[in-house]
Amino acid sequence: MKNMLTIISNALCRITGRNVGAQTVSELLIDLSEYVNVTSPVSAPALAQAQAQRQPPKPPPVSTRAPAAQLVSAQTDQLDTPGTRVVVSRSFADFTSQATFDIKKCDVHRLEEGPPLKAELTRDQGLQYYRVMQTVRRMELKADQLYKQKIIRGFCHLYDGQEACAVGIEAAINPSDHLITAYRAHGYTYTRGIAIKEILAELTGRRGGVAKGKGGSMHMYAPHFYGGNGIVGAQIPLGAGIALACQYQGNNQVCVALYGDGAANQGQLFESFNMAALWKLPCIFTCENNQYGMGTSVERASASTDYYKRGDFIPGIRVDGMDVLCVREAFKFAAEHCRSGKGPIVIELKTYRYHGHSMSDPGVSYRTREEIQEVRSKSDPITMLKERMLSNNMASVEEFKEIDIAIRKEVEEAAQYATSDPEPPLEELCNHIFSNDSPLDVRGTNPWARLKSVS
Amino acid sequence: MAASVRCFLRSGKNALSALGRRGFHKSAPAAVQMMVRDALNQAMDEELERDERVFLLGEEVAQYDGAYKVSRGLWKKYGDKRIIDTPITEMGFAGIAVGAAMAGLRPICEFMTFNFSMQAIDQIINSAAKTYYMSAGFQSVPIVFRGPNGASAGVAAQHSQCFAAWYAHCPGLKVVSPWNAEDAKGLLKSAIRDDNPVVFLENELMYGVPFEMSEESQSKDFTIPIGKAKVERQGTHVSLVSHSRYVSHCLDAAVVLAKEGIECEVINLRTIRPLDVECIETSVMKTNHLVTVEGGWPQFGVGAEICARIMEGPAFNYLDAPATRVTGVDIPMPYAKILEDNSLPQIKDIIFSVKKTLNV
Repeated sequence: MKNMLTIISNALCRITGRNVGAQTVSELLIDLSEYVNVTSPVSAPALAQAQAQRQPPKPPPVSTRAPAAQLVSAQTDQLDTPGTRVVVSRSFADFTSQATFDIKKCDVHRLEEGPPLKAELTRDQGLQYYRVMQTVRRMELKADQLYKQKIIRGFCHLYDGQEACAVGIEAAINPSDHLITAYRAHGYTYTRGIAIKEILAELTGRRGGVAKGKGGSMHMYAPHFYGGNGIVGAQIPLGAGIALACQYQGNNQVCVALYGDGAANQGQLFESFNMAALWKLPCIFTCENNQYGMGTSVERASASTDYYKRGDFIPGIRVDGMDVLCVREAFKFAAEHCRSGKGPIVIELKTYRYHGHSMSDPGVSYRTREEIQEVRSKSDPITMLKERMLSNNMASVEEFKEIDIAIRKEVEEAAQYATSDPEPPLEELCNHIFSNDSPLDVRGTNPWARLKSVS
Repeated sequence: MAASVRCFLRSGKNALSALGRRGFHKSAPAAVQMMVRDALNQAMDEELERDERVFLLGEEVAQYDGAYKVSRGLWKKYGDKRIIDTPITEMGFAGIAVGAAMAGLRPICEFMTFNFSMQAIDQIINSAAKTYYMSAGFQSVPIVFRGPNGASAGVAAQHSQCFAAWYAHCPGLKVVSPWNAEDAKGLLKSAIRDDNPVVFLENELMYGVPFEMSEESQSKDFTIPIGKAKVERQGTHVSLVSHSRYVSHCLDAAVVLAKEGIECEVINLRTIRPLDVECIETSVMKTNHLVTVEGGWPQFGVGAEICARIMEGPAFNYLDAPATRVTGVDIPMPYAKILEDNSLPQIKDIIFSVKKTLNV
């Protein structure tokens, strides 16, 4: 059995491209669960009194690469009590399994028609989007807490408020598509498949971090996820280049290249727009317009705040970035546009961040607390989805509560890991300078310090 | 320059055919002569053919056959997909090249001259060089940035800067500076096959210079390892360490000095980073004297680094005199010929410095 597990684990390492070998059975299962499309084989709706534990039903993941963390707890539950499932006070059959919602019409630029005005949502999808958004929210708030305790240091740019963007995009594209973003990247690192604990451990600078503690907040990577980039705007030509590779290789994949309203004025964006349009690269240029570039509002930074039109000769769509369904439909539309060979497209997501630019910015010197409060109460993406589902009888209040509790626990455990995992060993200081190279000597701080570097 | 050409053409040999050795012939086999630009062209052609992930992008590389004709014929042979003309947007296309490398291709990004690479330097350093480290070995960037570096002839200040020192400063980059045609071919092939970002510094004045190509170098699998210097001329009295065009100057100076009984060992660095310190140390421990020669500015340059490294290593105890640097003059490059000629190391400067170092 152990042999077989080793074989499978090695195969998975190759698939994932991660250099991590499963050391224990539970770690292997974590890897496995990332790749196995676990659908919940809901047995016959169980009656409350027959169950020993209360748990919400486990819906299938958004994509086959659902974040491992949320599947872990379910997986161990399955091991504990195989066969027992679903346990809420109302049976599964009571809920509406699918509903159609009206979504806001998008402003379009150089397009005959935009994304559809209606979005279908299944109960399973809804719960999944809720789960992922709530996980990102809680993870970011945990990072806030750890930063204030000085356990996280340096830069920390938090994503809470913008969850619908990351989740909506991931719901619309395939795991085999590509994504690159700027420094507000923790949410995308999660949706692109990295476990919470690896993200938090990277923030706390430990060896279990996704970049082994060498990257930090702004430099986390995953298969088909190119970070995490610290230089404002630099990720956009990179994204266009990734799209070029997709076109070159003829693999029908697209690249989503994200930037903010601050980066939208960078020259290299326009250089990228030009080449992407010229060569019809399958690139979805996406402006996450959260109204403020650090402390500067969009009106004070941009001569034109119609970011979806800034691609000029490139078609554009302006989307309500607080509505996960709106985002999803827009990206389905955009991905189809790119895949059909029409070239690039620009999407502007109107969204909002609750935190300041980074942890060193209180976020209230250039905007009012009332404004923040208003967005929270009227447009919070997680609340909006929850209310939609509740009012359409797609889920129960208890279910959401259970999910919240489970996520809180998960994030807490991840934080535990992130604070207790040891720091990277000093022997590895100089490693990873070059790929696939013979070991080399690296000069240390003084001439007698000859350090070793391996690939 | 004519002098260096004479130095390297072996008189009386048939320069056109490449024949194998024949046991019954007493003379050495005929060698092929090739200009540096053709060697570069051949290197790219062979690598494009060998690996379909390799492609070339840059200004005028395709339909114009290359601003300096280095990519002549490649577009005709490989087409639009593999040889891409870009608009004049260095930051944009360098970034696109880096992104393509991250996503599995193996781009060659040409800068018309390295002066223009300054527009794109953030992509070279922050997006290419540092990424493998930041990602703890997850994301590699197999890319070559190539183009002419350093002074040309009469192109003035904004088009004459040498970037060897700037790029060689940065961990995560390999910086290569070939001198002759064989260097150009072997090192470019190695650079393209390398899984890391390589800055490949050519020299416009060397493009049209023909050199003999050894038989070995005519193979499609001929590569020269990055990180190893070559002793071009054995000597006993002084080590002349140089890279790119100034290797020719050193060899010419060596000929003149030999008439006065001074035997110079001439080292062609070939790679700036990682520097082959051991080769230099071995030489200095033999000759006890060191003179570095480069076209770049003196402050914080290649020669400065070599001197510091020699001081920190075993060779210091073998020096009979302080090491000397021969460099470009510490000014922006002027235009007028007389001024330009006197802004760069000349053979007489090398001879003068050697004699000063040897105290003769």
